Amino acid sequence: MRKDSKPIDCDVHPTVSDIKVLLPHLEGYWRDSVEERGIGSLESAAYPPNAPLTARPDFRGENGYAATNVSELSSHVFDRWGAGTAICNCLYGVQLIFNEDMARAFHRALNDWIAKEFLDRDARLRASIIVPMQNVEYAVDEIERCAKDRRFVQIMVLAMQETPLGRRHYWPIFAAAERLGLPIGIHAGSNYRNPVTSLGWPTSYVEDYTSQAQGFQSQVASLITEGVFAKYPKLKVVLIESGVTWLPAFLWRFSKFWRGARTEIPWVDRSPAEIVRDNFRLTIQPFDGPSDPHDVERIVDHLKSDDMLLFSSDFPHWQFDGDETMPRGIPERLRHKILVENPLATYDRLNDAPEQA
Amino acid sequence: MSKHVVAPVGDIPPGGRKLVEVAGRAVLVFNLGGEFFALNNRCPHRGGSLCQGVTTALVQSSEPGEYRTSRRGEIIRCPWHSWEFDIRTGQSWCDPQRLRTRKYAVSVEPGAKLVEGPYKAETFLVSVENEYVVVEA
Repeated sequence: MRKDSKPIDCDVHPTVSDIKVLLPHLEGYWRDSVEERGIGSLESAAYPPNAPLTARPDFRGENGYAATNVSELSSHVFDRWGAGTAICNCLYGVQLIFNEDMARAFHRALNDWIAKEFLDRDARLRASIIVPMQNVEYAVDEIERCAKDRRFVQIMVLAMQETPLGRRHYWPIFAAAERLGLPIGIHAGSNYRNPVTSLGWPTSYVEDYTSQAQGFQSQVASLITEGVFAKYPKLKVVLIESGVTWLPAFLWRFSKFWRGARTEIPWVDRSPAEIVRDNFRLTIQPFDGPSDPHDVERIVDHLKSDDMLLFSSDFPHWQFDGDETMPRGIPERLRHKILVENPLATYDRLNDAPEQA
Repeated sequence: MSKHVVAPVGDIPPGGRKLVEVAGRAVLVFNLGGEFFALNNRCPHRGGSLCQGVTTALVQSSEPGEYRTSRRGEIIRCPWHSWEFDIRTGQSWCDPQRLRTRKYAVSVEPGAKLVEGPYKAETFLVSVENEYVVVEA
């Protein structure tokens, strides 16, 4: 393992500012459809273009967008903040498409766009494979297609799906992930098949974004209780842009009820908290911490593992001011783990020799 | 430690259980197919009374979707939070090393031997013709 490496930024967001950038990567029929149907954009309500969270004002270019090309991204992530590697997680509303064939075409186009416009233009970049969860067979095909390029280091899905992620119809995706050495990155966001709260549709953006944490909780519970890690013990799941600090209290609750109801799920033969420590990782931006840095250390201690946190800037999302990429109060002893060691232990493919990548 | 005669064998048939008091403690005596076991009745979690819980099989699985039962009747679930305890050992299923209810040694002795002492039978008469459950506590 490369212990002396530069920081690895595990969550940055290339941005599609105009659907036209995908046209060269779309098959003929779908390229025509964009024009004939007048499809202007696939942005979802998860990250409205003008929302402050979507891009910090000083990251935005003249067109109002940020991170639309490799230089806008690299100049911050590498030149300004000193990362040596960064993982691109592109958020564009291809997950919302209902037509499975159209979804497949747009996912392919998006992955090819990332490879050509980002990975090919800066050797320090890596990316997640965006997968069409609308159809599991198509999802596995897309994973296998992209995984041949070892610069794709992860499979990315949204936190809120049509059905809970642990459900067994998704398992071919986890089998492929484990076989190919690709973690499943669950990123904040929804395909909006279901309300983003279990209570029904909220009225405000602040409710939508806040409720993502409950979505993550439910996915953690689903993946564990359905037995994904009993079946695929080497699978790693990365919770990206989850907020982090909800996790310890959730695990107290989850593990407590497992003790009394575990016969319902007998393949879960150890505490869910242990499974989370072995199989789950979390990116650190946003870190929904208390204002007193000492309390931050206590929250981190409650995780009972030094291996779980992965550095991320979440660029260009507005999670911090200035250059304060590392949340305040993160213990000094964990900095190198978070910046370098934990990402390398999580993403097999980051350990490739340079000529392999 | 002393030996206490807690019940005639016939009072606790196979699959049965009986709550008895031994030296001031509530002790739950079980008959598993002719073998007797005794546990402290107090759940070590929050103090639930185990005698009010159900006995059940051990449920295990070697892969998701498979439910395998064994040792039917040998697990007791606390009525409060359903934590499971192994009747043979007193160990909890979820944390067997750290969380257990106390187990007491049990034997079956003929009445003829018991009338000679030093056994304590506090609440009933011992007859030489019967066999008795004896708990050491």
